[in-house]
Amino acid sequence: MRIHIEGGRLLDPANNLDAKQDLFIADGKIVSIKKKPDGFDSDLQINAKDKIVLPGLVDLCARLREPGLEYKGTIQTESLAANSSGITSICCPPDTDPVIDTPAIIELIHQRSRDAERTNIYPLGALTKDLNSEHLAEMHILKQAGCVGVSNAYNAIDNAEVLRRAFEYAHSCNLTVFLYAEDHALKNNGVVHEGALSTRLGLPPIPETAETVAICRAILLAEQTQVHLHFCRLSTARGVQLIKAAQAQGLPITADVAICNLLLTEMDIADYNSDCHLQPPLRSERDRSGLIAGINDGTITAVCSDHQPHDVDAKAAPFSLTESGASTIEHLLPLMMHLVNREELKLEKAISLLTSQPANILSIDKGSLEEGKDADVCIFDNEESTSIDKDNLLSIGKNTPFNGWETQGAVSHTLLNGRVVFDRSEFK
Amino acid sequence: MSDAIDIDQLLSEMTEATQTHCNANGYDNPLMIGIQRGGAWVANRLHQSLKLAEPLGELNIAFYRDDFSTLGLHPEVSPSKLPAELNNRHIILVDDVLYTGRTIRAAMNEIFDYGRPASITLVVMIDRCGRQLPIQADVVGKTMTLNTGEHVKLSGPEPLTLSFDNVEGTET
Amino acid sequence: MTGNIIQLDNNGNLKHFLSTEGLSQSLLQSILDHAESFAGVGERAVKKIPLLRGKTIANLFFEPSTRTRTTFELAAKRLSADILNLNISTSATSKGETLSDTLHTLEAMHCDMFVVRHANSGAAHYIATQVAPHISVINAGDGRHAHPTQAMLDMFTIRRHKKSFENLRVAIVGDILHSRVARSEIHALNTLGVLETRIIAPHTLVPKGVEDLGVQVYNDMDTGLEGIDVIMMLRLQKERMRGALLPSEQEYFQRYGLTSERLAIAKPDAIVMHPGPINRGVEISSEVADGEQSVILQQVSHGIAIRMAVMAMTMGRSNDDMENTE
Repeated sequence: MRIHIEGGRLLDPANNLDAKQDLFIADGKIVSIKKKPDGFDSDLQINAKDKIVLPGLVDLCARLREPGLEYKGTIQTESLAANSSGITSICCPPDTDPVIDTPAIIELIHQRSRDAERTNIYPLGALTKDLNSEHLAEMHILKQAGCVGVSNAYNAIDNAEVLRRAFEYAHSCNLTVFLYAEDHALKNNGVVHEGALSTRLGLPPIPETAETVAICRAILLAEQTQVHLHFCRLSTARGVQLIKAAQAQGLPITADVAICNLLLTEMDIADYNSDCHLQPPLRSERDRSGLIAGINDGTITAVCSDHQPHDVDAKAAPFSLTESGASTIEHLLPLMMHLVNREELKLEKAISLLTSQPANILSIDKGSLEEGKDADVCIFDNEESTSIDKDNLLSIGKNTPFNGWETQGAVSHTLLNGRVVFDRSEFK
Repeated sequence: MSDAIDIDQLLSEMTEATQTHCNANGYDNPLMIGIQRGGAWVANRLHQSLKLAEPLGELNIAFYRDDFSTLGLHPEVSPSKLPAELNNRHIILVDDVLYTGRTIRAAMNEIFDYGRPASITLVVMIDRCGRQLPIQADVVGKTMTLNTGEHVKLSGPEPLTLSFDNVEGTET
Repeated sequence: MTGNIIQLDNNGNLKHFLSTEGLSQSLLQSILDHAESFAGVGERAVKKIPLLRGKTIANLFFEPSTRTRTTFELAAKRLSADILNLNISTSATSKGETLSDTLHTLEAMHCDMFVVRHANSGAAHYIATQVAPHISVINAGDGRHAHPTQAMLDMFTIRRHKKSFENLRVAIVGDILHSRVARSEIHALNTLGVLETRIIAPHTLVPKGVEDLGVQVYNDMDTGLEGIDVIMMLRLQKERMRGALLPSEQEYFQRYGLTSERLAIAKPDAIVMHPGPINRGVEISSEVADGEQSVILQQVSHGIAIRMAVMAMTMGRSNDDMENTE
């Protein structure tokens, strides 16, 4: 299959590329940029005039719910939702059921991913066996089987000795640890940010220190063990500052943030909107702008969807009894562009946070447009608009906190390995 | 039509008729109760002219209305004030306008929730006819026949005036 | 805030009573006015009026509470409504039935009102969003969030003693952190226009950002009580001593217990309130609880009138509005 993407604005921050150029694809690879190769005879021509041509996006965290929770989502359904937002590579955390702590589960995920033929899926392996926070998982075996990193997902490791050894062992396997920083005791079964809103609504609060204390502890252990540490889903401005200081010290530490925490605050919970029940919680406007600042000063280098589709019952209960998480994967790019349109982020920065930089964190050869590379491409049409309607999502999970939002621009095409996996005109 | 009615004249006729009614039936020391608001104004005047010893009672029938489910709770409710025990007393119940009879039904229900009176005498200033319940007054100031759309309304407490209009409305 | 939107119908009448927050001063005053007229019903030979005859009210108690349930039951019976008592914590939810299933089952039984008590904040609000349009929901306490009928009976008690709210200084003393009563009282007091609302408690029992609700925070009881007209004590749950919130009952009583000596710091005509049940010797001394300035027993009897008022107001809305909302 030969594809000629014609007349688009090619934007690839990894290669400092921003120019109106054509893209030529053959046999799943990018064969040429700008110049038509000799004898190139396209089977498909895509008119990208007035559109932006981007590398396929890399989502650093999405729960596809398979295996174990297929009633909330499957690799097939959620990959299609991802494609509609230009995503071609997905990193998924190990808290599936069963947990990703054996090669068999990784093989299962890879198999499902090959069947779906929509995205590249990169699983994280468990840091501790069954995420029990006590015994180390077989990290080397998991790496051999295809894990790109290790994580304990939402399960906090209370015992600092276990955390230290886990860091040391992961480091000796040359694996990055993806740590969700939250102190279990300080969280104290909280469900919303501690502040005026938690007090007004009478909801159990999560103090800022639940995150910052856990970050401090992890930084000190990272300093001691020299592990590559990636902080997942920052939510506090103070946490960003702590990580910035550690990076300035030269520690190999990176961090990401979920799209919801860049656009929403605790005020969006209003009167117990359970679609805004997230983990980490939506925090104050001061925190939100601190996270934006952390992106702009380079402390945070990736934005992920943190996609967590849910069945209706999971969100239909009094707030504290609902499950946390939002269905966000199919709006990741339009929502990022919303931040660009609001002039909180520069376009090039926004794209790098979704492409080359998360690819770097995962050490995968994705997220850029170069000759010879896999032809994973996203075409974004700025003239279209995206109106987010809860009842009209591709994802099985209808739990979007952005219901009713209107944003400028929409993905028109997504290509994986030189094959069109999403074409918006088919969905109209 | 309204200027044809002399309120003071009407009240003095009603006083006399009430006195006669009580004497004829042997009602000694009756207890007078006015239905809020217009009935209480009329009762107040009768109470003075009859020189009754005990204070006047006032009945708020808002809690006993049969149109609660359609009209809702009346916004200005002041509680019923009954000065004495009702058991075995002769009651003179006073209202301004008698129409369908539903107000009197509600008032009697409420009276019986306070106790069991020996008798109830109904005194009204205007009987405008159009009864929907088998209720009649013992003393009537003036009887008149009004059409459905027409309305008679007592304003007060000082001075008491009667007015008539054609606005669609519910029973006073 | 959207809090008032769900509580009111299109005509601005009370449809659900979920929280004292977001309701206007005139609406709160009219609850008190209605309660005043219902108060007399309990003093009559027949303690019953036919206002809600033929209506069915379901007491949905997901969290046990004999006292509150009984006052709602009595209020409903005085209004001639039929009442169902359902203790849900022991029936439906343990069989895996969801809350929505339970609600729809009750709707099928043609209930007109749900009185809801739940251990989780926002439960009554959630239920109000789920029920059919003709059903009213009254919050009888949800988590730490709100207990609006308790707050209104307290306001009723204050108004009977102090006539107007305008020049009052009110102190709420004790476990604000876990108290839905305190939150509802704070909103009601501020809406009714008191001069000052203070809360008096150690830092461990003061929720973060409580100043935003319009209160002054005092850690010291003696300073906090100066010039106070109304002292509202809160109940201290014994289990608070087990965690790291407080060292002991003795120490709490020494710092925050209301004794005669402390009461003397407040204005001479200050009244003392408590939502009950009282822990004598923990938050209040027996001498004060049973003393002349205590209005604790009056609060209990006012509870019935307030609940009658709220039930009558939410159920007695004109029909045309309900047609509009359906």
